[in-house]
Amino acid sequence: MSTIFILADFVNEKATKTTFELATAAARVGDVAAVVLAPIGQGVARAATLNTSPIASIIIVENSDFQNHGVRACADAIAQLISQKSPVALLVASHAFGKELAANVAVKTNSGIITDAVDVDSNLTATQVIFGGSATVHSKVSQGISIITLRPNCITPDLTPSSATIENIALTISDSAKKATVKSSQAPVKGGRPELTEANIVVSGGRGTNGDFAAVEAFADSLGAAVGASRAATDAGWYPHSHQVGQTGKTVSPQLYVACGISGAIQHRAGMQTSKAIIVINKDAEAPIFELADFGVIGDLFAVLPAATEGVKSRKS
Amino acid sequence: MVDGTLDRENVDAVLNDLDEYAVEEALRIVEAHGGNEDDGPNSVTVISMGPARATDAVRKALSMGANAAILITDDALAGADALLTSEVLAKVISTEGFDLVICGTESTDARMSVVPAMISARLDWPQLTFAGSVTVDPSLSHVAISRITEAGVDLIEASFPALISVVEKINEPRYPSFKGIMAAKKRNIETRDLAAIGINAHSAWSQVIDSQLRPPRAAGIKITDDGTGGAQLVDFLAESKLI
Ligand SMILES: Cc1cc2nc3c(=O)[nH]c(=O)nc-3n(C[C@H](O)[C@H](O)[C@H](O)COP(=O)(O)OP(=O)(O)OC[C@H]3O[C@@H](n4cnc5c(N)ncnc54)[C@H](O)[C@@H]3O)c2cc1C
Ligand SMILES: Nc1ncnc2c1ncn2[C@@H]1O[C@H](COP(=O)(O)O)[C@@H](O)[C@H]1O
Repeated sequence: MSTIFILADFVNEKATKTTFELATAAARVGDVAAVVLAPIGQGVARAATLNTSPIASIIIVENSDFQNHGVRACADAIAQLISQKSPVALLVASHAFGKELAANVAVKTNSGIITDAVDVDSNLTATQVIFGGSATVHSKVSQGISIITLRPNCITPDLTPSSATIENIALTISDSAKKATVKSSQAPVKGGRPELTEANIVVSGGRGTNGDFAAVEAFADSLGAAVGASRAATDAGWYPHSHQVGQTGKTVSPQLYVACGISGAIQHRAGMQTSKAIIVINKDAEAPIFELADFGVIGDLFAVLPAATEGVKSRKS
Repeated sequence: MVDGTLDRENVDAVLNDLDEYAVEEALRIVEAHGGNEDDGPNSVTVISMGPARATDAVRKALSMGANAAILITDDALAGADALLTSEVLAKVISTEGFDLVICGTESTDARMSVVPAMISARLDWPQLTFAGSVTVDPSLSHVAISRITEAGVDLIEASFPALISVVEKINEPRYPSFKGIMAAKKRNIETRDLAAIGINAHSAWSQVIDSQLRPPRAAGIKITDDGTGGAQLVDFLAESKLI
């Protein structure tokens, strides 16, 4: 069987759900080797969190250059591992770091790259959704190894317990991959809510909140959801920019997206149109966002949301 | 010091807006260090790859204050993917020689968030991408950025030459002045084809197999809140097994 690399993705030293989605997609193609790039002394602990989904082997590379020199140093390590192990493909998560790593590896290995795939089949044919959700494209890499970045939350992870073999590999990062130096890093401020791109449910607020996100947050919390925002809301400073959904914000594909006081501009749709189910609350019956709604309520979000929050709480108790 | 900025024309005309942040940042950098001058060490060159209609976007950058412009246009580039785009742009950049190259960061078009990384990899320049702020010290050939992504904020520094991509909150792009618009009309946009930059058209690194329009979403339920809207919404969640 052929080998396929996935780059294990960690938040707070724990493998993310996206990592297991990558493994599940990769296992359709061949034996999954999960690559763990870690600071010195942290590889084994990180690898220990890769205990589910179809991972055949784990390759641990520990090197301080990863923190000190960022994306390029990580890409240098992956390119070296690719020449050692000759995998047929590399799958990474579609976030800023994952895409830039993939871009660097593509150039270094002269391989084709497909970004923002929502699915990958056993032939390494990738599915992408383009033009703000209006078209589906299937494509395949035709040169080098297949480098594919996969959007979080698009395939159901197989969470069967696994016991992978572990291999430690020491690598020297090339000087040319160390030309940029990371002086300091500050993790994003974490609330108690799930990460936007990984959440099963996202509740978003727009200009219609008029700056008061309390009702949106309360409903999100009743569902264990992440909170998103339109650009009108982030530009006004009502909600952090990191929560913006859309063309210049994040792309989300949750099981359920709830748009509250959002009109549905094309740039907003681009970030949420592939959500499985969409609920809309808007007081303007003509708002274009209703075109996407599986369930739409024409009404005031300040009346509808608190009632819905109570309803969810009473059903859960 | 010379800056080049990149622009990509695309299906969606709004994309050009995003490159204005790159042009603005380049102008601010040269202005903070003595002001820009044509053919001088302190100038901004706009580089764009696109069809002939991309001259409009390039002209806009000139009217904001850029000093020179190069447009790479060739029918063989229609449908170019990120790898080819980065190959073309990297070739022009290395021929011209710049201290800093500043690109916009775009995320809808998947390619745009990888092109800056690819250009820097091809040039073997430090990659300073997703910059929310840029600080430059030309006397030391030093540049530092704060990188803003979902993973947090990193302070990253490097020496010239370096490639930067900027996020939209970095600045407020200026409106071209009347004087700027008139001056831009007189400027020459140098066009080059693939032969002129010395690249042979070759087969793509990936192939589209097929594409389909997605069916529009089936019409959903739409109700008017009469006081029971919240309760009906919860019923829908339960019926759809979402709670
Ligand atoms: C280059 C570019 C990139 C962009 N990127 C993004 C992006 O990434 N994400 C994004 O979201 N936008 C983006 N935009 C902006 C986008 O075009 C819209 O301006 C924005 O999405 C509008 O936000 P909104 O729907 O919250 O506000 P509005 O369009 O003002 O809509 C507010 C809605 O709230 C409703 N409302 C008001 N009060 C209530 C109430 N009490 N109860 C219920 N409903 C109420 C109104 O009926 C209205 O439909 C971008 C624009 C450009 C040009
Ligand atoms: N005639 C052309 N000359 C140069 N670049 C082009 C040309 N046509 C399209 N492009 C670029 O090629 C990329 C793919 O564009 P498209 O053909 O629209 O898929 C984009 O960056 C375009 O700007």
